[in-house]
Amino acid sequence: MRFFRNASYDFLSVRRKAYIVSAVLILVGIGSLVLHGGPRYGVDFTGGTLIQVEFFEPTSVSDLRGVLASAGMENAQIQQLGDSNEFMIRTQDFEGIVESVNGLFDEAYGDDGFTMSADAVGPKVGSELQRKAAIAILMSFALTLVYLAFRFEWRFGVAAIVATFHDITIAFGFISLFNIEITLATVAAILTILGYSLNDTIVVFDRIRENLKKRRKDAYADIVNSSINETLPRTVLTSGTTLATLLALFILGGTVVRPFALVLILGVMIGTYSSIFVASPVLLEIEERSRRKESRKGHH
Amino acid sequence: MGRLRQKGTRLEDWPVSMSKIRNRLLVILGLIIVSVYALVPKTGPTGEKVPAINLGLDLQGGMHLAVEVDDPDNTLTAEAKAQAIETTLTTIRNRIDEFGVREPTIQRVGNERIIVELAGIDDPERAKAIVERTAFLEFKLVREDDNFRNALPRIDRGIVQELGAENLRGAAIEEAEPESQLSDILGTQADTAVEAAGDSTVAEPDSVEADPTADETLAEQDTGEPNLRPLTGLLLEGTHPGIMLVAEEEVPTVERYLATEALRNALPRNTELRWGAQATAAAGAAYRELYVLESDPILTGDLLQDAGPAARDPQFNQPYVPFETTRRGSRVFQRGTAPNVGRYMAIVLDSRVQSAPVIRQTLSRRAQIEMGGGSSFQEAQDLALVLRAGALPMPIRVVEEHSVSASLGADSISQGRNAFIIGIIGVVLLMIWYYRVAGVMAVAALCVYVLFVLGGLAGLGATLTLPGIAGLILSVGMAVDANVLIFERIREESDAGKTPRTAVDAGFAQALSAIVDANLTTLITAAILYQFGTGPIRGFAVTLVIGIIASFFTALYVTRTFFLVYLERRSPTEPLSI
Repeated sequence: MRFFRNASYDFLSVRRKAYIVSAVLILVGIGSLVLHGGPRYGVDFTGGTLIQVEFFEPTSVSDLRGVLASAGMENAQIQQLGDSNEFMIRTQDFEGIVESVNGLFDEAYGDDGFTMSADAVGPKVGSELQRKAAIAILMSFALTLVYLAFRFEWRFGVAAIVATFHDITIAFGFISLFNIEITLATVAAILTILGYSLNDTIVVFDRIRENLKKRRKDAYADIVNSSINETLPRTVLTSGTTLATLLALFILGGTVVRPFALVLILGVMIGTYSSIFVASPVLLEIEERSRRKESRKGHH
Repeated sequence: MGRLRQKGTRLEDWPVSMSKIRNRLLVILGLIIVSVYALVPKTGPTGEKVPAINLGLDLQGGMHLAVEVDDPDNTLTAEAKAQAIETTLTTIRNRIDEFGVREPTIQRVGNERIIVELAGIDDPERAKAIVERTAFLEFKLVREDDNFRNALPRIDRGIVQELGAENLRGAAIEEAEPESQLSDILGTQADTAVEAAGDSTVAEPDSVEADPTADETLAEQDTGEPNLRPLTGLLLEGTHPGIMLVAEEEVPTVERYLATEALRNALPRNTELRWGAQATAAAGAAYRELYVLESDPILTGDLLQDAGPAARDPQFNQPYVPFETTRRGSRVFQRGTAPNVGRYMAIVLDSRVQSAPVIRQTLSRRAQIEMGGGSSFQEAQDLALVLRAGALPMPIRVVEEHSVSASLGADSISQGRNAFIIGIIGVVLLMIWYYRVAGVMAVAALCVYVLFVLGGLAGLGATLTLPGIAGLILSVGMAVDANVLIFERIREESDAGKTPRTAVDAGFAQALSAIVDANLTTLITAAILYQFGTGPIRGFAVTLVIGIIASFFTALYVTRTFFLVYLERRSPTEPLSI
């Protein structure tokens, strides 16, 4: 079995169209962010309390609301997970919430009538995590740029960063579009996308680097294009196996992991697309621009 | 780069000697045995089976707490804070030891935070209460003189001045008219002081009689304003001159008054006010006791040597905690109680009066703390525990809390396992269908890979978390990437007309640089995740790192060995099944 044997698609000729596709994806994401009033941060970052509770006897959201209201927690958001007996309770408050909810449920449903998990994050820790997450993403950018500059030429590094930035922007947009909360896990997923997308880009760039040495007489564009084609089977197969495992995770992984898996699935698709249609074309643009500059200098 | 490629391009000398292949197989077999050994469940000290891979709190249930020394106004010097954190750490460790949790994690992070992780506990709220409790114990005499009463008019005026008459609650402004038969402390019905529930000692009418001089002074100094008695109006006569009652619903108001500057200034020397720990019922309503105590303690908790076990008073069925003082403590206790037999002694725990028994005889080595009415036996046990483990140097504050019920953790594990198995089956089918014999080799290498990763997690004592399982599943998808890169290269080299053996050699050599670069960049991301993450995210990063190293090794060494075996067993010209 072999896909794309001796493929020779002209990927670079459609690069203008690909730019439009990317622009549309980015704009959709930004549009969604604007409509939602910014990203939806989870309690990890905003501070507050998130309680997941499962009752052994059927109960309803309105029942729960009544119980919580008796302790002045009318503002808590209550959400039923599917048609199970599991509920998510969210509130902006932090101090003493877990104790009082636990006490209320003990009274209303009995000590052994439910089982709950809680995440309560104080405002101080929340803002610390926000800062740390931002630093982590920026640091990944900086370090990979340094690594690529060291291993390849600087223009490869710039093109890879442009592609990665493109991926993360689109991923953020889709996270907003699918109304996924930004939690620590989401940030981990985004960093993983960053790694995966770079991985893909590097494989193509590695081939370009090799072909540049082998075929010194050929046009830059031809080399870039045939490098993409030569690595195409690998790109498709690896994306395929990765997506297969992620799909299993998405379907079977349970409610806690599902958003995480969804972000990764989107990320792998965008990463594959960008290594072909964004990273390599950008590399070519940089190359052509600097060549034009040089030839202009030559005329003077 | 140059060196890497040169090394990689080194071609095998065909035919490869059998001993070389055998050595490679032995290395792989050895690593497999080590991994399997690491994965055999161990038996714990008490005979229970300990899973080979540490499961994170999110998988086995448990609690994660982050606490800080409570210093909202930043009044502590860095040194004092460091000292407080150090002592707090030791105390929490002692308490958790007493509480009995298997392999707790209690550690300092940064300069001012302590992380407590307790796995597999079924009552996180109770554990949290034990960690959080300051447990500062003091024994203080209840004042029986009238100094506080005499100061009340001045305190009332001070409060009015400080808070402004319009900010006081309406009811208190009026001449207090208690609804029950309990009397306002300076009010006209002083002689009707009632007995508080459950106590035999009745207040002496003399001592609670309205203080005429106080009223007079108040009247004299009155400058035409209404006679405001914000605090006095809410204080009711208790069972003893030093014990007053406040209606439960007025407690917040009184608390507001107690926090005023005016009260602090007007309080007589060596006097402080403390609330009772529990509400008491009197005349059909709930009241809270407010004690007038001597500030100087007779004895403090640091002079305790031992406390517990909690017991139950056979007569009143009330739990109590016996304790024993140190040698020095017994002398101090003796000196403090001997001249005060017959007086009330308040047992103050974290600024709340637990109980206030009468000193019947001189106390020295042994005594006991009666728990208030309505306390459970477990509360007495927990109190004994924190007293034994010692007090925190100052109050602490929980800044982060995560608790996961064990059943949710078990669900996550089974869901993760299913996803993992299905994911692997998908990859296996895809690889065999696409690469045939080479695909089978890749799948065999993948099995070795999974074994290495799990063995690595167990051997390094890493913790598997829910995101970690996700990372593991993801890394299976990515682990085949290195194989795919190599196989595609081999195909290309074969297309270019190379013989199978040279094509395989060249394939491995040519794919090396891409594999190295791709793995190293992912490694950078994983390292950053580790650095930045807490708990679960760290677990994800660790799995990713182990996964990358294992996939690097299996692709370049294990798959290669399989190829050597495969090529050795067939004629050099027979085409590859790839």
